[in-house]
Amino acid sequence: MPATVSGMTAVHDTTTGEPLHDVRLRVNDVWQEARVPARRLLSDFLRHDLRLTGTHVGCEHGVCGACTVLLDGAPVRSCLLLAVTVSGQSVTTVEGLGSPEAMHPVQQAFRECHGLQCGFCTPGFLTTAAAYLAQHPSPTEAEAREAISGNLCRCTGYQNIVRSVLRAAEIARERTPSASDR
Amino acid sequence: MGKRDFPTRMRQDHRVKPSPFGYAAPATVEEALAVLAQVGDDAKVLAGGQSLLPILNMRLAAPAHLVDVNRLRELAYVRAEEGGVRVGALARHVDVERSVPAYDALPLLRQALQLVAHPVIRNRGTTVGSLAHADPSGEMTAVLALTGGSVVAARRGSTRTVAAADFFLGPLESALEPGELAVSAFFPSFPARTGTTFLEVARRHGDYAVCGLAAAVTLAADGTVTAARASYISVGGTPVVIDFTELLAGSAPDESGWHAAGELARQQVEPEADIHASADYRRHLVGVLTRRALGEAAGRAA
Ligand SMILES: Cc1cc2nc3c(=O)[nH]c(=O)nc-3n(C[C@H](O)[C@H](O)[C@H](O)COP(=O)(O)OP(=O)(O)OC[C@H]3O[C@@H](n4cnc5c(N)ncnc54)[C@H](O)[C@@H]3O)c2cc1C
Ligand code: FES
Ligand code: FES
Repeated sequence: MPATVSGMTAVHDTTTGEPLHDVRLRVNDVWQEARVPARRLLSDFLRHDLRLTGTHVGCEHGVCGACTVLLDGAPVRSCLLLAVTVSGQSVTTVEGLGSPEAMHPVQQAFRECHGLQCGFCTPGFLTTAAAYLAQHPSPTEAEAREAISGNLCRCTGYQNIVRSVLRAAEIARERTPSASDR
Repeated sequence: MGKRDFPTRMRQDHRVKPSPFGYAAPATVEEALAVLAQVGDDAKVLAGGQSLLPILNMRLAAPAHLVDVNRLRELAYVRAEEGGVRVGALARHVDVERSVPAYDALPLLRQALQLVAHPVIRNRGTTVGSLAHADPSGEMTAVLALTGGSVVAARRGSTRTVAAADFFLGPLESALEPGELAVSAFFPSFPARTGTTFLEVARRHGDYAVCGLAAAVTLAADGTVTAARASYISVGGTPVVIDFTELLAGSAPDESGWHAAGELARQQVEPEADIHASADYRRHLVGVLTRRALGEAAGRAA
């Protein structure tokens, strides 16, 4: 390999001999670093290396949406990204949306409207809905449905999830009344 | 989110899905071509990863090397050029979909992209990557074929332009050779008074289509048809282009013409059955969707 190739490293895993890479990510506003093989998925990097288990892993081939996180603000499947590819970028996981004391509007809405049952799919719905509402503050019901159409839920039947997305938009408007009056 | 210890099983290094591979993330195209030349045949280019990562995760493929092109910022562009739209290899589907100059030059790009997967997938997947992937269900393959576009492929020391008709060789097989990087794709615009549309039937919105087509109809100043073509996905190993110009030229843009075109298309396609649909159902859809799409495209041509 030419020396100019970034992401190359002389460090190897002591048991497997696999080359390791230093991945530095800004996760929920905090820079974090870990040394991992190139094949480490972002989803596994978050869950196993950084111990942020809020991001769930359902299918690992891009279909279910449970692993959705925000990469520089835009929702992406963390199971379809290598951690090493996004080194240097910012990731927001469900843990970064809000806290129990200061919930994000989508978190509050999902709780109010029973937008979850087992909760397995929920982190993906929350991140997807949060990113969508940031760009489309007043969706119609059809738009709300469309916004979450790439996420699967095996429990709720989606009705309450759609309701939650619409309610989240309302909460966001209530929190910034001047924006909705304009 | 606790810092508790994980069971031993999870702490071991079996927690990754893809097989090991050598990894390089070149910073320039020149560097990327040098790496591709060096690593040999058992290498894959990693673009958006929205098709490649599922394959690696399921271990359907285990390339020895990945050449990650996500740092090639010089390829992250969408440009309206003389006669069409040029899309760089690092332009994400979402960049092409939202580009106003691209929409003005060729509305079909946005019409098709809105049917490619879900917005979250489009945030990451690249348009050139979906051409390189050559999935016969991929909407953008049909767009390249219908527009008569081309792909620019580079290897160390040389560059070639491959026409759409020569680019798609079979299911998941493009004309790209080991050591080559697709650097851009060019989608020519249509003549004035051309309307276009992309229609498809999928089990759910965002799923791969059971059958779909891109259609373009050009009308003369007097309102009669001068050209009509369509390009189909999911009914063959590569996009299937059917030209209805001979059938429809000079006639009024009306239902009887679209009906005849639908019949012609139904007879020409050779779809196969799979778990999603029978061959007969796909053939039926070809007829129905052709009628609708040509009507819709003609309506936009006026
Ligand atoms: C749930 C889901 C649903 C989807 N639905 C659809 C759909 O309905 N329609 C559709 O068209 N697509 C769909 N896709 C696929 C998506 O459009 C991909 O983005 C696209 O097929 C591949 O682009 P990519 O940039 O992700 O390529 P990658 O996954 O990175 O690469 C795909 C292949 O192309 C090669 N390649 C990529 N770029 C280059 C290059 N510049 N030069 C040489 N080789 C290259 C790679 O080596 C690999 O073999 C879906 C994906 C998912 C996960
Ligand atoms: S785990 Fe990533 S989409 Fe299902
Ligand atoms: S709440 Fe159980 S999968 Fe959605």
